[in-house]
Amino acid sequence: MALLEVKDLEVQFPLGRKTLQAIHGLSFELDAGERLGIVGESGAGKSVAAFSILKLIARPGRISGGQVIFDGEDLATIPPEQMRHIRGNRISMIFQDPMMTLNPVLTVGTQMVECLKAHRDITDEEAKRISIAKLEEVKIPSPDERFENYPHQLSGGMRQRVVIAIALLTDPAVIIADEPTTALDVTIQAEIMGLMLNLCKDHGVALMLITHDLAVVSQVTQKVCVLYAGRLAEQGPTRSLIDAPKHPYTRGLIKALPQQNEPGSRLYQIPGSMPTLDDMPPGCAFNPRCAYADDRCRQEVPKPRAFGDHLVACHHVEKVAAS
Amino acid sequence: MSTGKTLLKVENVRKQFRLSSDGWFGGKGQVVNAINDVSLDIKKGESFCLVGESGCGKSTLARTVMGLENTTSGSIHYDGQRIDDMDDAARLPYRQHMQMIFQNPYASLNPRMTITQTLEEPLRFHRPDLSDKDVADKVVEVMESVGNNTAWLTRLPHEFSGGQRQRISIARALMVDPEFVVADEPISALDVSIQAQVLNVMMDARDQRDLTYLFITHDLSVVEHFGTRVAVMYLGVVCELAETKTLFDSPLHPYTQLLLSAIPRMDGSEMTHERMEGEVPSAMNLPTGCVFHGRCPHAKDMCKTDIPKLREVAGRLVACHFAEDTV
Repeated sequence: MALLEVKDLEVQFPLGRKTLQAIHGLSFELDAGERLGIVGESGAGKSVAAFSILKLIARPGRISGGQVIFDGEDLATIPPEQMRHIRGNRISMIFQDPMMTLNPVLTVGTQMVECLKAHRDITDEEAKRISIAKLEEVKIPSPDERFENYPHQLSGGMRQRVVIAIALLTDPAVIIADEPTTALDVTIQAEIMGLMLNLCKDHGVALMLITHDLAVVSQVTQKVCVLYAGRLAEQGPTRSLIDAPKHPYTRGLIKALPQQNEPGSRLYQIPGSMPTLDDMPPGCAFNPRCAYADDRCRQEVPKPRAFGDHLVACHHVEKVAAS
Repeated sequence: MSTGKTLLKVENVRKQFRLSSDGWFGGKGQVVNAINDVSLDIKKGESFCLVGESGCGKSTLARTVMGLENTTSGSIHYDGQRIDDMDDAARLPYRQHMQMIFQNPYASLNPRMTITQTLEEPLRFHRPDLSDKDVADKVVEVMESVGNNTAWLTRLPHEFSGGQRQRISIARALMVDPEFVVADEPISALDVSIQAQVLNVMMDARDQRDLTYLFITHDLSVVEHFGTRVAVMYLGVVCELAETKTLFDSPLHPYTQLLLSAIPRMDGSEMTHERMEGEVPSAMNLPTGCVFHGRCPHAKDMCKTDIPKLREVAGRLVACHFAEDTV
């Protein structure tokens, strides 16, 4: 049985008289120790999906349907007190901007000890010992000194390492990382991604990596879900999804990367842009940008269905795959 | 394509920012050395790329070239004329020849001006002789040439997505028929599928109008695709300057090697990036000798004392004492 199972998740944001639906019937599974990538453009619903797993959706947004089953329990319906034992303890989260995540007026040490003591019944000394060990594990030089530092005394890369150390403090089963390296430079990004990959492997932690960067996904994850306009477009094993994408959107996304085009040539481009939540076309959300679209696509929303070892939400997947 | 004629020449440019000495935090007349003795030349028709990490001085250099910042020392020549010490009146024609596209299209368009007003403004300023009809025709012509819908013209910036806004910014830069366009991270705020659209618009404009670009980015895969020549900057210094293919095939400077190894690849290769010791030093307190010596795996005593000059090695310029050893 999967460690984390998201089943037909629906998330809505009531907005005055209208209701915007950010996630439509999203399902995926994450096994223990597995590394899953969630890919999509801004507004595709990838962060909303992650936030709803941890029940961090800001009101009036709410989970309006479906289940989030973690270790046999449905997180969508359990009471807040119980959720607190899971959030930040069994499931940790790493956010995009470490400067926003860390409290600027508390030392690194205070924040780490606070987190540990919230979930474990231990002494300050014990908490400090564990914290410094974790700082060492994320390869922070002279961790004893860094423990006493404030966040502003650390560089961006060091701050993100501290955030990772905090996420690891309680030995979680799952880490959800929402664009963990987007705010960082390329060389720091490579260091942090390498570190996360090794830590997840060593500790057998499952990783849900949310990103818009397909190259990062290809190096870190084993399985990928591609989201488009709040729905699953395609899911499959990372290697095969990148080498042989089946959904027209995934194909376009990969073909549009400069790495995939002859230097200096015109890049392949997907026409148009993703529709906004209040302006969804009927039928398949991708149909206005799709070369394969026909009347059926303009009327009927395609359900994800198995095609080889992929799940593809496209009426014409056979035709697309053959071309 | 490049005709070999030098359009922009940057010589020994330095830019220092003085921190006020009576600030709240008691900075004592400290100086940030943003650009330290940079020389480069851009030939007509080139797409010259400037890469480096945040804080390396690439945006400052672009702003200095455009006259948005003064140089502390050194000179900038455009088409044979020295432009950095000109007064505003003499500089005016160059502001027409040189245009800029900024990173964030949410900040660079005036939210209260319709697209027509935004596009007309530079043309009316630089070409007061044109009639209203000429201006209106030019607006439509430029909008169509970058593939924008002319129905957008009566609308306001908030009605557009990031990619559409950036295409409007490009149209605005092209309104006065510039020869030279500086683009400071023009696609890094955009989504992947939109980045390709905007890059295509920029490449088409280059081909149709014979533009020369100074393209600033931290995204190396874009450089590999778009650039004819590349300069890699670190802490206000150019470490390596080469044809794009030469640089990507055989980087010589240890910093360039580090940077290239950090590009995530999709071909199934493992992560090869080696973590480099230490952090980027502060531009307020530059290291002696080579700016990279504190993190360089090959650093020797000489690197701590002597500043390496940018010199020609194996068909490119590189600022490393031991570049020959890497060849």
